[in-house]
Amino acid sequence: MYSENLAWPKDLIDLDGLSAAHLNAILDAADAFREVSEREIKKVPTLRGKLVVLFFHENSTRTRLSFEIAAKRLSADTLAIASSGSSMAKGETLLDTAKNIEAMAPDALVIRHAAAGAPSFLAKRLRCPVLNAGDGAHAHPTQALLDLLTIRRHKAQIAGLKVAIIGDIAHSRVARSNMIGLKTLGAKIAVAGPPSMMARGLAEEYGAAVFHRPEPALEGADVVIMLRIQLERQSGQLFPGAREYARVYGLNKTRLALAKPEALILHPGPVNQGVEMTPEVYQCPQSLILEQVTNGVAARMALLYLLVDNPEKPKGLSL
Amino acid sequence: MNNCLIKGGRVIDPARNLDEVADVWILDGRIKAVEPNLSPPSDPFLIEAHNQWVCPGLIDIHVHLREPGQEYKEDLESGLTAAVAGGFTAVLAMPNTSPPLDQAPLIAGLRAKAQSLPGARLYLAAAMTRGRLGQELTEYQDLRLAGAKAVTDDGSWVSDSQVMRRVLDYAKVCSLPALSHAQDPLLSKGGAIYEGRMSTRLGLPGIPAQAEEIAVFRDIALVELTGNPVHICHLSTAKAVNLIRAAKAKGLPVTAETAPHYLFLTDEAVGDYDSRAKMNPPLGTIEDQKALREGLLDGTITIIASDHAPHSSLEKEVEFIEAAFGIIGLETSLPLILELTREINLTPSLLVELMSRNPAKLLGLPGGTLTPGGPADITVIDPELEFVYEAAKGYSKSRNTPFEGRKFKGRAVLTLVEGEIRYRYPTLAS
Ligand SMILES: [Zn+2]
Repeated sequence: MYSENLAWPKDLIDLDGLSAAHLNAILDAADAFREVSEREIKKVPTLRGKLVVLFFHENSTRTRLSFEIAAKRLSADTLAIASSGSSMAKGETLLDTAKNIEAMAPDALVIRHAAAGAPSFLAKRLRCPVLNAGDGAHAHPTQALLDLLTIRRHKAQIAGLKVAIIGDIAHSRVARSNMIGLKTLGAKIAVAGPPSMMARGLAEEYGAAVFHRPEPALEGADVVIMLRIQLERQSGQLFPGAREYARVYGLNKTRLALAKPEALILHPGPVNQGVEMTPEVYQCPQSLILEQVTNGVAARMALLYLLVDNPEKPKGLSL
Repeated sequence: MNNCLIKGGRVIDPARNLDEVADVWILDGRIKAVEPNLSPPSDPFLIEAHNQWVCPGLIDIHVHLREPGQEYKEDLESGLTAAVAGGFTAVLAMPNTSPPLDQAPLIAGLRAKAQSLPGARLYLAAAMTRGRLGQELTEYQDLRLAGAKAVTDDGSWVSDSQVMRRVLDYAKVCSLPALSHAQDPLLSKGGAIYEGRMSTRLGLPGIPAQAEEIAVFRDIALVELTGNPVHICHLSTAKAVNLIRAAKAKGLPVTAETAPHYLFLTDEAVGDYDSRAKMNPPLGTIEDQKALREGLLDGTITIIASDHAPHSSLEKEVEFIEAAFGIIGLETSLPLILELTREINLTPSLLVELMSRNPAKLLGLPGGTLTPGGPADITVIDPELEFVYEAAKGYSKSRNTPFEGRKFKGRAVLTLVEGEIRYRYPTLAS
């Protein structure tokens, strides 16, 4: 399956340490695992006897389920630690958590945390691989990988594509990880959103063209990634309100017409229909939002396969 | 009776324009004479200082000693001991303790306790406003009579301009310098590091340089309004350096200090969420660092203070956003500035101005010079002594420093307070 023997890092905190060859190897493996998902029996014995701990300090049913399915399809045992109901609620520190998880001797830890940097905090203190399932506004590498996988399954290659990312770039871990992955694979990135949702140095850091209106970012785009707006938290502060946001930044048919006719539409979900995009756009054939969910499981299977200690690995993929 | 001769050192005393090899004779805790080849009549205790610098005792005007309230991080004894080990004969402790030092008995109590402690001299800054809440003035006259040497709400800026105007007026009446932690609290609210590429990369909320700039600008405007002085603490940005420079050019009574870490580190030091590089104001860019260095050389910034801020692992070994701001600095401050004397045109004499003479002048303290008749507060520096800094071997109770493991050249080897040896570097032969 892979032509070269790549060295893999212990953890997946973000995509910034990975070369194009690494990213392609993950996507290749994910393609193969997608095929497993289409089988009658959707399970391979690869990680039998391995324990994958899912530590979700922040609620995210979708990502947790996706990782759980991925681990189970690889025959791993899973153990979920949620923030409510566990000792986390009783004021246990992240350091305590790290020590307790280490004592469980897991073979991998999947962590979702509200604080940026929490996964790397744990990665430095745990022997097992740590897979970041989203930390604060920092990184969400598996989301980026499933986006890349979705794009790659529909386009000949990612290099040279124009990818528009629209919404709250400053507070979006999805945007950051996507920009790193897209840049590594040679895509052209255009970001757009209100100035209050733009971080500094996006051009220098990610090579992104920065716009404050969506139209120039959409123009000639091959892929459009719409980001989720946190209506509850941000309305009135970062933008006047949902209605105003939808008017200026929402993806409707008229704006979509600026992109290439066959442009793909992605969204990390769940979509605020009528805000980030109209229901019409959400349901159009170019919208791959449900396929992203399927690809998410495959991408996470690929990562667990590549990072969890596994004697079969050096021989290559044998499913 | 204390009778002691420091022989053959390079005596650096900018207050008297002195930088030459000479002997320093100490009698009864005072400087008796500073001249080449002294031979005092009675047989004094000899300290050989050949190839070493003999300087007026260094004074650090910005330290947090955590007493009362957070003695697990630091207390007077550990803090004052760390101070002499770093070459400081006196420190000014900030009042953001719990309770805050906003009443005379608190000041008097700490001073009394420090009398019997072995380290550096303790001076105290009192809170500028009751409870450090930025609303009502504390009793400056009472605080001064109890021994306070300055007023400050360090840790917070007095953002109500009307209150700050009154602070400057009243501090002047009571002859207490007003020290301002200049940072707009709303613009910096929630921020963890400098707002720039690093905050973008790490997905951390940023503190823009303008948070300091706005506050410094407002403080300067109030100096202009009242005609009374203000001292800006821990300057960290190029923008603020420019404002101070312009204010001084106008002749306004504004002074400023910076801390060694801003002269050596940038926001890149945060690296992979290293909370040892989390401080407030945050580490800025290389441009900020250059501007601060220039500010020292052209006289815009006249004081270096460590902003020694001890925290335990409880506050530091946590999620980055939750981690407390601050680093310890008493034992790395002088070695860093000695490093600077080799990197830029910062002369040993300027070092003594920045770390001894000007701090003493600002607070009206004895010392800052080796003038005969003054107190024998003396720091002997070996500029060539190489050592690797390990916080665990230091005297502070805390270890939160980004300089762990740094190789240094130069440090204090002998610290005398009132003629008494309070610190001697272990390998120094007597
Ligand atoms: Zn301060």
